Amino acid sequence: MAKGLTTRKSQRLVVLTAGLVTLGLATGLVLYALGSDSLSLFVQPSDIAEHDVKPGDRLKLGGLVATGSFHRGDDGVTNIFTVTDCVADVKVSFRGILPDLFREGQGVVTEGTFDTAGLFVADTVLAKHDENYAPPGTMPKNAAACTHPEGVATAAEMAGR
Amino acid sequence: MHKYANPARFGALADRILPWARWVMILALIPGLWLALVASPPDYQQGESVRIMYLHVPAAWMSMFTYMVMAGAAFTALVWRHPLAQLAGRAAAPIGATFTALALVTGSLWGKPMWGTFWVWDGRLTSVLVLFFLYLGYMALDRAIEDEEKAGRAASILALVGVVNIPIIKFSVDWWNTLHQPASVMRMGGSTIDGSMLTPLFIMALAFQAYFVWIFLIRMKLEIDRRKAAVMRQSLRGI
Amino acid sequence: MADFLDMGGYAVFVWASYAIVALALVGLWLRTRGAARQAAADVVRLRERIMAEGEGN
Repeated sequence: MAKGLTTRKSQRLVVLTAGLVTLGLATGLVLYALGSDSLSLFVQPSDIAEHDVKPGDRLKLGGLVATGSFHRGDDGVTNIFTVTDCVADVKVSFRGILPDLFREGQGVVTEGTFDTAGLFVADTVLAKHDENYAPPGTMPKNAAACTHPEGVATAAEMAGR
Repeated sequence: MHKYANPARFGALADRILPWARWVMILALIPGLWLALVASPPDYQQGESVRIMYLHVPAAWMSMFTYMVMAGAAFTALVWRHPLAQLAGRAAAPIGATFTALALVTGSLWGKPMWGTFWVWDGRLTSVLVLFFLYLGYMALDRAIEDEEKAGRAASILALVGVVNIPIIKFSVDWWNTLHQPASVMRMGGSTIDGSMLTPLFIMALAFQAYFVWIFLIRMKLEIDRRKAAVMRQSLRGI
Repeated sequence: MADFLDMGGYAVFVWASYAIVALALVGLWLRTRGAARQAAADVVRLRERIMAEGEGN
């Protein structure tokens, strides 16, 4: 009786553990097969060539706003800046209100289409925060050269350009 | 009476831990809220909006911790049929659902001013939404089936299947590019949060953890009483 | 004080977050406490009925 109970318990333990391991492996394989491209929110400038993007194709483009690239267009309203992943650059234009966290040297995710001249015309710009949190006037702990150029310009400074 | 032996001993233990959990929570909340709202600096990029972090991050941690408690209880209930294990899962689920909802709502209220949107379907946000639905599914299954034992087993299986979502939540920001930022605290190479912000974060996390223990123990006693009442009702009906 | 309440212009978002968290956590506590009291009272009531029936027999 007691022995029978123990075997039933260990049977359940084995079956359940095997089931969970199988499920974990299956999920892992599915995620691996789908690949990071299809599960990612955006493409980066250096991915553009691989993706064979045609003018008019709608996509989300993400990367860092290149330092010193932000200015207003000739109309004085359009925001123009370069999105970079430190390998390739894409010039982006956007008419609208930028989020508070929009900074040169910080991440953005833009959504829109390429025009025939190769300019990415965005209708949405979202700011992407990085993992650093620090008081004002200090530099974050893992400030990498590309992600955190010296002297990140504030929105107010950029507005003056 | 043998049937109650374990739950009764658990009840006595819970009664001894309960006041401690409540005091730890209160004593952590006082300095925690003071530091979070007043004494900690604004962020160099996010300004005062960073104060939402002291709620958002503990709620998000607890949403995953509570799920692991629930899944651990589900595993124990399925393998060893321990009478308290099923009750532990049932007691944890509504707390976890609350933490998850709070992580989503505070994240949304933080995302609007910083990112420029309340919501985006990236890997992190979507997998946390799935976590919320797993909690709701567990509670629905647990209630929907008449036979309490069958209901508990169905809910436990769902809880175990859902465990695959936990590493997906954790690593979504590393595997795929997302709007949500990568890990700041539990990452290789140490935290990227300044000490002046990390202290209030940990104190608030302790308060949330103590809140969980406190509510969880009350809910365990509640579930034990419910089961006792159900057994007594049956005996009154003469079964 | 006004500065503190303004939260650098993010008052709506910061205070809404704190208010929602407080309401949800206090609400869960009150609901849990109410249900726990109800269940404990049920146990006492049922036990008394079982005792009474036992004496009746």
